[in-house]
Amino acid sequence: MSNRFISIEGIARRFPSAQGKGVTIFEDLWLTVGRGEFVCVIGHSGCGKSTVLNVLSGLDKPDEGVVLIDEKEITGPGLDRAVIFQSHALLPWKTALGNVAYAVSSRWPDLSRSEVNERAMRAIQLVGLGHAADRKPAELSGGMKQRVGIARALSIDPKILLMDEPFSALDALTRGTLQDEVRRICRSTGQTVFMITHDVDEAMYLADKIVLMTNGPQAMIAEIVQNPLPVDRKREDVHRHDAFYPLRNHLIDFLVTRSGTFKNDVPANFDRKRPPVVVPGAPTSVIPFPREQLASA
Amino acid sequence: MPQASLSLRAFVVSAFIFVVFVLVWHMATRGAGTGIAMDPEYAKLMGTTATQGKSAMPGPLDVGAKLIEHLAHPFYDRGPNDKGLGIQLAFSMARVAAGYGLAVLFAIPLGFLIGMSPLMSRALDPFIQVMKPVSPLAWMPLALYTIKDSSLSAIFVIFICSLWPMLVNTAFGVMSVRKEWLNVAKTLEVGAWRRAWTVILPAAAPTIFTGMRISIGIAWLVIVAAEMLVGGTGIGYFVWNEWNNLSITNVIIAILTIGVVGMLLDQLLARAARAVTFPE
Repeated sequence: MSNRFISIEGIARRFPSAQGKGVTIFEDLWLTVGRGEFVCVIGHSGCGKSTVLNVLSGLDKPDEGVVLIDEKEITGPGLDRAVIFQSHALLPWKTALGNVAYAVSSRWPDLSRSEVNERAMRAIQLVGLGHAADRKPAELSGGMKQRVGIARALSIDPKILLMDEPFSALDALTRGTLQDEVRRICRSTGQTVFMITHDVDEAMYLADKIVLMTNGPQAMIAEIVQNPLPVDRKREDVHRHDAFYPLRNHLIDFLVTRSGTFKNDVPANFDRKRPPVVVPGAPTSVIPFPREQLASA
Repeated sequence: MPQASLSLRAFVVSAFIFVVFVLVWHMATRGAGTGIAMDPEYAKLMGTTATQGKSAMPGPLDVGAKLIEHLAHPFYDRGPNDKGLGIQLAFSMARVAAGYGLAVLFAIPLGFLIGMSPLMSRALDPFIQVMKPVSPLAWMPLALYTIKDSSLSAIFVIFICSLWPMLVNTAFGVMSVRKEWLNVAKTLEVGAWRRAWTVILPAAAPTIFTGMRISIGIAWLVIVAAEMLVGGTGIGYFVWNEWNNLSITNVIIAILTIGVVGMLLDQLLARAARAVTFPE
């Protein structure tokens, strides 16, 4: 059961185009995410990865197919899923604490004001911003704003955390620190995470599974990369691991060439419902993919 | 010598311009002294304008003296044609407050509706486009005919002229609320009412206040004209009445007063707008 916590079942999304014929961003897309898994989707811009995330968040609706979360079909946005937006999307007229408290009071409308603030403060402290709780977003740096965004998302105890390139607007140092914090928090709480990125190193450091999407339109999931790096990996020595470069090369190769060519060269036994699972750096690179193995993965 | 602050230098220049203006005014309206020779009895009848060539235009000293007189007794009431400046201003401001207040109550909810509903936005657009450019005074006869009360008609005219800038700005402010803020509310399952109060209103408030500021300016412009038409009370009526009395001094004082009050009203709303503006 837990391996199908999120189940994307044959979704398609089409947008009308100028010529009158619709453009198919993707169709017949299948993907499952297990409870407590950290999944990163990588692909080039325009491959529809953000659209997949918007469908998961309920802000966008698929033209075909359904998404099940914990066996229930999603019909719209919901408090069981928290979104961390690329642009942090804080309300500029509220303080950091006010922004988080807004989420808390939406999640638990019956809480008293002091209970709301208490919960919000706890979330703010979790991301290390206790000292800046009373500042407005305009008085916070980019990294601090995104921390507030993370605190807001975590404050509502979501079943699933959805992140849309959350660190792409930050400088490298800040990005690294925030990745560490997100990894620490998600590992300690067993948070299920679905994250969109185009940063290979970010995906390698954070994800348990990396989903590779081909270029759009008509993008598809080419394969799922099982992260071979140890679970207790540290940023400072992760690049010394034997599997680090095989994994990195595999991902870069995909982004540079195969993301474009895969569509014209689909393997004969390719099954959209069960894209191959790959473990770069393992003795056999491509392992066959029967259902049981997915379950144990 | 260290450079004085910009505001101090600006003040000095302002004061200089004011002094020059008053001096030129004084010189221009001073009696020229070259009267026409005439019978003294006849000269008494003719007054100084004819006998000493003095300008009919009051000088700054006349206006100053009269102004002090008005400021000393702003609220006297000696019948319908002789009321203190303060009373007249209070009448005008009460009319503006009533008409403007009604317009706020009407325009902001309607602006929200237009801003949030693309259907209503399209459907109401032709009416707004046609009504907006109409001079508010053109409504006066219609108002007098239907309302049958001159004072209420003036309030109606203020209402109509304040309405459009607020309506258009509210709708625009609501329409241009950032999508990501609305998405935040959506993902938090915030209901429509709470969303309107907690996201759309604060996000659109600066634009709404811009509209309110434009409206109060127009309302204060229009009240003078409206009161000239309806008569009875108010600063506009005061101007017209003093013109009929040929008291140019009082007309000048009224112009000054209208300007100062208009400025204060504008500053008031500018302050309010600053209070709701958020830095990004």
